[in-house]
Amino acid sequence: MNTVYHQIDQISGSVITLRATGVKYRELAEVTSRIGTSLAQVIKLDGDTVSLQVFAGARGVATDAQVRFLGTAMRVPFSDALLGRAFTGSAKPRDKGPELTDNLIEIGTPSVNPAKRIIPRNMVRTGIPMIDVFNTLVESQKLPIFARAGEPYNPLLARIALQAEVDVIVLGGMGLKYDDYLYFRDTLDESGALSRTVMFVHTAADPVVECLLVPDIALAVAEQFALQGKKVLVLLTDMTAFADALKEIAITMEQIPANRGYPGDLYSQLAARYEKAVDFEGAGSITILTATTMPGDDVTHPVPDNTGYITEGQLYLRQGRIEPFGSLSRLKQLVNKNTRADHRTIMETMIKLYASYRETLEKQTMGFRMTDWDVKLLKYGARFETEMMDLNSDIPLEKSLDCGWAILSDCFDADEVGIPSKMTAQYWVPTPGKSRG
Amino acid sequence: MEKTTGTIIGVNGNMITVAFTGAVAQNEVGHAEVAGATGTLRLMAEVVRVRGRKADMQVFEDTRDLAVGNPVTFTGNLLAVELGPGLLKQIYDGLQNPLPQLAAQCGFFLQRGVTLQALDRNAEWAFTPRVKPGDRVSAAETLGTVPEGIFAHRIMVPFAFQGLWTVRSVVPEGFYQIDDTIAVLADANGRETEVSMVQRWPVKLPITCFSERLRPTATLVTRIRSVDTFFPVAVGGTYCIPGPFGAGKTVLQQLTSRFADVDIVVLAACGERAGEVVETLREFPELPDPRTGKSLMDRTIIICNTSSMPVAAREASVYTAVTLASYYRMMGLNVLLLADSTSRWAQALREMSGRLEEIPGEEAFPAYLESVIAGFYERAGRVRLKDGSIGSVTIGGTVSPAGGNFDEPVTQSTLKVVGAFHGLSRARSDARRFPAIDPLESWSKYPSIIETSRVEVLRTVLRQGNDVAQMMKVVGEEGTAMDDFVTYLKSELIDRIYLQQNAFSDVDAASPLERQRAIFDLLERVVAIPFSFNDKNEARHRFARFTQSFIDWNTTPAETPQYETALAAIATLATEASHS
Repeated sequence: MNTVYHQIDQISGSVITLRATGVKYRELAEVTSRIGTSLAQVIKLDGDTVSLQVFAGARGVATDAQVRFLGTAMRVPFSDALLGRAFTGSAKPRDKGPELTDNLIEIGTPSVNPAKRIIPRNMVRTGIPMIDVFNTLVESQKLPIFARAGEPYNPLLARIALQAEVDVIVLGGMGLKYDDYLYFRDTLDESGALSRTVMFVHTAADPVVECLLVPDIALAVAEQFALQGKKVLVLLTDMTAFADALKEIAITMEQIPANRGYPGDLYSQLAARYEKAVDFEGAGSITILTATTMPGDDVTHPVPDNTGYITEGQLYLRQGRIEPFGSLSRLKQLVNKNTRADHRTIMETMIKLYASYRETLEKQTMGFRMTDWDVKLLKYGARFETEMMDLNSDIPLEKSLDCGWAILSDCFDADEVGIPSKMTAQYWVPTPGKSRG
Repeated sequence: MEKTTGTIIGVNGNMITVAFTGAVAQNEVGHAEVAGATGTLRLMAEVVRVRGRKADMQVFEDTRDLAVGNPVTFTGNLLAVELGPGLLKQIYDGLQNPLPQLAAQCGFFLQRGVTLQALDRNAEWAFTPRVKPGDRVSAAETLGTVPEGIFAHRIMVPFAFQGLWTVRSVVPEGFYQIDDTIAVLADANGRETEVSMVQRWPVKLPITCFSERLRPTATLVTRIRSVDTFFPVAVGGTYCIPGPFGAGKTVLQQLTSRFADVDIVVLAACGERAGEVVETLREFPELPDPRTGKSLMDRTIIICNTSSMPVAAREASVYTAVTLASYYRMMGLNVLLLADSTSRWAQALREMSGRLEEIPGEEAFPAYLESVIAGFYERAGRVRLKDGSIGSVTIGGTVSPAGGNFDEPVTQSTLKVVGAFHGLSRARSDARRFPAIDPLESWSKYPSIIETSRVEVLRTVLRQGNDVAQMMKVVGEEGTAMDDFVTYLKSELIDRIYLQQNAFSDVDAASPLERQRAIFDLLERVVAIPFSFNDKNEARHRFARFTQSFIDWNTTPAETPQYETALAAIATLATEASHS
């Protein structure tokens, strides 16, 4: 299988086409041209015509470039030596460390048998009240952060990487600005979290095909750590860049686009990655948290829309805060019954009251008279926003719940918040001198 | 007939092009061979188009490592499933491979090219014959029965047998395995055929050997108040649940699968999250069937082809599910098929259509989308069997419209062919009003558990209340007339205590028929009261008390003494209110 081909018939985008025999679907090849050597993957076979996607892009690839088929699909090295390192989208070192070549594992492997999955049962503590209390992250969950470009989703992910109670962090960057990559690296390094982190980063300047590989590589590595019994948190940012890379390749391949130019299999492509989140019975787990930017802040855009159907909830990041409405962790019900007896009550009551606060705010801006109730809500809303919604916090869940009771007790009477009396009797903080409204 | 063979001449995604010699049929199944780590793997594929001597086939597995020149063998059969005792309690993938057995063989991950038999060959079934030699029988008539859980599973004349057959012999009562011959039948020409307890049926063909189709006229009680009362589903009917993500489609389906008043539930998890299936897989064996008290799993079949499993098998999975459902219908049972989500299935069609380079319709869905969806829902229905008993298949499909916009092709094609529409709204789910079935947009053509005229009264209040709410957003509370405000409060009361149900409360999650009727009576009384209040705060407080007392009752178990007390409390409040 070591025949070297010299005759490329067609070059279009990052796809080259040549005639070759004995080639397997999804097989890798090495393309050597004037500007260097790059890997390429077989993406279509038609008789003896083979289409290859060149990872480094086809720029500079000449029609007489050498193409040598390798006989295997894409693989990445796996060992504990990965920890603390940063790699590119084709698993080459991005830092100054040595290249790793041993113990190669395949990427994009089959999914987990649903019969072997178990019901998620462990909370992942992040120290951020808006997540821990209101949208609890659960081991094996897949949760995206929907945000407009410009929102601080990367700092949020970095903070979660620092604070989350997990064993290994795998960070996959797609289309990252180089500055953002440095930000992640430095932030993790300063806090000492780098030693439990592996980074696979495709920056905006890198070839687009490498962007497609990042999630697969990151998740393949995560899967191996999880099978070793580690609790792994995979952070992927930004999945919209990944989808855009898919779009770019699909259009180059002259596929019929479905919605806004995205290929018809966008849902399946995204699902294949997100569904890698799993809790292995008797071993570790993979939890996936991603950033998905919403072009034009539009949640009906194909990328956030398809993502929403795949993931188990979503967090909306708006004006630097996790928006309490719409944000949802679908799995929180599985764990928040075992945290503390008042967890669900606080979660539901505070959100309901905050919703009423928003309505009152609307009324206020329209110039309507404020009732006593409205005044209470306004006080409550302001405290909720400053004390509970702050994303730069590191507070244990129990403290956040106590804080919740303190705010409620300060702003309302115990019988007007719709909490069963049994609960208020236990947790309500008496505030002497507060007059009944 | 000689087996047709071919070789691969092209691979594109999950589609392969095969040059063949001999004859192939549309939708015929073949196997593509590929070298695996432990020997040759045979990947199942289905013919989707024939052009000249080339067939395009969709492969039901990952096509990695397939190469031009690899051999393909054709089976001569369409994609078919095995029907026989032992289907209940099973968890299958879209091609009827039992997943727990696959897990036992392959471990955590699904492996390519591994196929297992759908039914347990070694299980012994207690067969009781129902025919004797000399009897004349036709397709789908009962030869005998075996007990399968609480059901008498009918062993029937294979559905493919045409015309009248004469029973030559039948085995005596006793234990048999499914492959054992249990009867010998002879056709009109005297040719004899042995019949076992298992038969195969091509999934894409409906099973039609019943005597007639009946109108779906009886309400299927789901124990979800807003469904049973306002937007009912009929036994043998069809309904769809479109909604944006996060609106609670899956929770609604899970509740329905647990509490619906049917004999058998077939769950088709089609291209959705694996995690949700797992909840069902792990919880159902523990949960009691509200009808029989036995494990819910005893009456459930799960077809599970989640989003990361191969796309072509996703398309097959809904057909597999409906075929199994129809099989149990032929035993005079009421079967509910829940498909989550039909949009993923439509997307599978779209992916294949794209690879075939067909001319795309709207949003790149194929032009035949509508007829395919219609064909699927038409496989529901209530039927009279040849022996006079009645069976039904009810189909409920969720739809996941892009962007939550119901104007997209899948929702629209579905709405044309279903009898009830449970539209979920983002506004309701954001406000945590579950189930998020939109009370103004949804509709049903089936009969409710409560007389239509009485339901209409409350529906009108809901509509008027919504109008007032819209108006209040502009003119504010003080600008709203007291009468309008009361209407608004009434509609909020109906919404809060009748339409909304707490899925996480053991009591409120499922509201049986009697309970619904009891609370509807009371609610009707309260809504009919011509309240007069001095100010809006008083009105709000009065209604808050009503809401609280109704909620107390909603969460009180029926067997407890507090049940009647709580009910009486509401009645007292209502009496007070009508006299003040």
